[in-house]
Amino acid sequence: MSLFSLNRRRHAKDRIATGLIYVSFVIALMPLLSLLYTALTNGLARLDAEFFSSSMRNVVGAGGGALHAIIGTVEITLLAALISVPIGLLTAIYLVEYGRGRLAKAVTVFVDVMTGIPSIVAGLFAFALFALIFGPGVRMGFAGAVALSLLMTPVVVRSAEEMLKLVPNEFREASYALGVPKWLTVLKVVIPSASAGIITGVMIAISRVIGETAPLLIVAGFTQSVNYNPFDERMMTLPVFVYYSYSSQGADAQSYIDRAWAGALVLIILVLALNLGARALSAYFNRKLAR
Amino acid sequence: MKSKSRLGDRVFSGLAKGSGSVILIALMAVAGFLMAQAWPALVADPAELPNATEGFLPYVIPFVFGTAFSALIALLLATPLAIGIGLFISHYAPRKLAQALGYIIDLLAAIPSVVFGLWGIQVLAPAVQPAYVWLSENLGFLPIFAGQVSGTGRTILTVSMVLAIMILPIMSAMAREVFLQTPKLHEEAALALGATKWEMIRMAVLPFGRPGLISAAMLGLGRALGETMAVAMVLSPAAVISFALLTSTNSNTIAANIALNFPEASGLGVNLLIASGLVLFAITLLVNMSARAIVNRRREFSGAN
Repeated sequence: MSLFSLNRRRHAKDRIATGLIYVSFVIALMPLLSLLYTALTNGLARLDAEFFSSSMRNVVGAGGGALHAIIGTVEITLLAALISVPIGLLTAIYLVEYGRGRLAKAVTVFVDVMTGIPSIVAGLFAFALFALIFGPGVRMGFAGAVALSLLMTPVVVRSAEEMLKLVPNEFREASYALGVPKWLTVLKVVIPSASAGIITGVMIAISRVIGETAPLLIVAGFTQSVNYNPFDERMMTLPVFVYYSYSSQGADAQSYIDRAWAGALVLIILVLALNLGARALSAYFNRKLAR
Repeated sequence: MKSKSRLGDRVFSGLAKGSGSVILIALMAVAGFLMAQAWPALVADPAELPNATEGFLPYVIPFVFGTAFSALIALLLATPLAIGIGLFISHYAPRKLAQALGYIIDLLAAIPSVVFGLWGIQVLAPAVQPAYVWLSENLGFLPIFAGQVSGTGRTILTVSMVLAIMILPIMSAMAREVFLQTPKLHEEAALALGATKWEMIRMAVLPFGRPGLISAAMLGLGRALGETMAVAMVLSPAAVISFALLTSTNSNTIAANIALNFPEASGLGVNLLIASGLVLFAITLLVNMSARAIVNRRREFSGAN
């Protein structure tokens, strides 16, 4: 009898635990669904042609758009990728193909440390660096790109490292056996075999930094006008546009909030497209390799 | 049998080695430049510091408190949920569904923080405000729920909820990974002894995953400590140390304080903010390093790999 009730208690506990686990999943999903739903319903109001074709220059109240911010985001993100992809890729090659001894160990540790740098600290660093060269109060798009590359490089190194490690050693040995020097082996055999994974990793790294706000708020500043030159003057970016639209609402506040949500929606779409694109690409290449 | 070194080999390996060194130099430059820019604020006469007439330490300590307090509450909220999600995906959901859910959670990790901030202030804060009123009316005798309830819901508890949601994807992804690595034999042995599924999880899965869970929590903590925009947008800040969760005077965090004040700062004010950023850098470095140490210790003993 007591054994029976003990068994009942155990099974009741099991059912409660199962219930809690399902509930925790639902609880966690709710805010995320709410966020996507709000962004979609509030963002669509201003997701029109004007949003993509005009800046905020001389706009008070309704109208205007995020053209200046989109140009800034594209230029700054591309510059950041231009800095961090070669450095990150070469570092990964060093760690996988050459790295022995203390320098390699130190690089591994430092890459780990870099992954944990708060984004605002990266912004402060870029500011400190550029203030030293251009004097205090410096603001420019390129400084933002430097800050972002500090956040992006460790992500590129990590993913490229994983991909290079996946290339079977037989490939390298076969190449050496044919008398190919090591650097050509890496360039012509190892990297092509890992290229799909490397491109996927780069796309995911870009999606991580494209929504960064804090460092750009600090070193790229904000402006209402289009600025094509990342080496001179303030440059608006999409995340800062979202923040600024919300935090400094003028008369007719609703139009500012609408613009903020439209910007947020564009950001979400960009990030999801980059992530899904990366997945689709790697799935495509995997299928091609398997054939 | 050493082959003669070719020019291409030397150039290429030099390039690779150089890039690795660039990373070392960059990180040292971060520490060096921040220190150089922070120094003037540390040695200046406190009377000259804007907003910090009592010196640097009294200025930064409330922010350190706010940073740690909000991040710890976020961790407290997120850890049980992350374990639940990890178990759901690794042991409860059907395999096909689990894979899709894993994808979705990975995607959510990429949503920009400024979007979470916008959502927090526009949707979450008004939604939880009535609950705050209820909490203070019925549990107001507890110090954490005491005080005048904020009318906007922009309190440190709301901020911590947003932070918890933001660190949930990475924490649950890590939890899922360690739970999936539990040796199948341990699980089957527990089940063969007549354990229910939950008992099997408690006896085999959770003990095996504990070091991984601890490091997941530390990484989540590191993220929450450095998170800027969500806090800057949602919190209604004050330079105080306060444990009250529901009032409109909340300790600001270091990162949010920098973001809010940097655009208008000048002169020593800039140095002061950079010095506080250096403190944040040191704190996150400490947290992340201990997380890595835990992961590495586990790797040595687990016999896996």
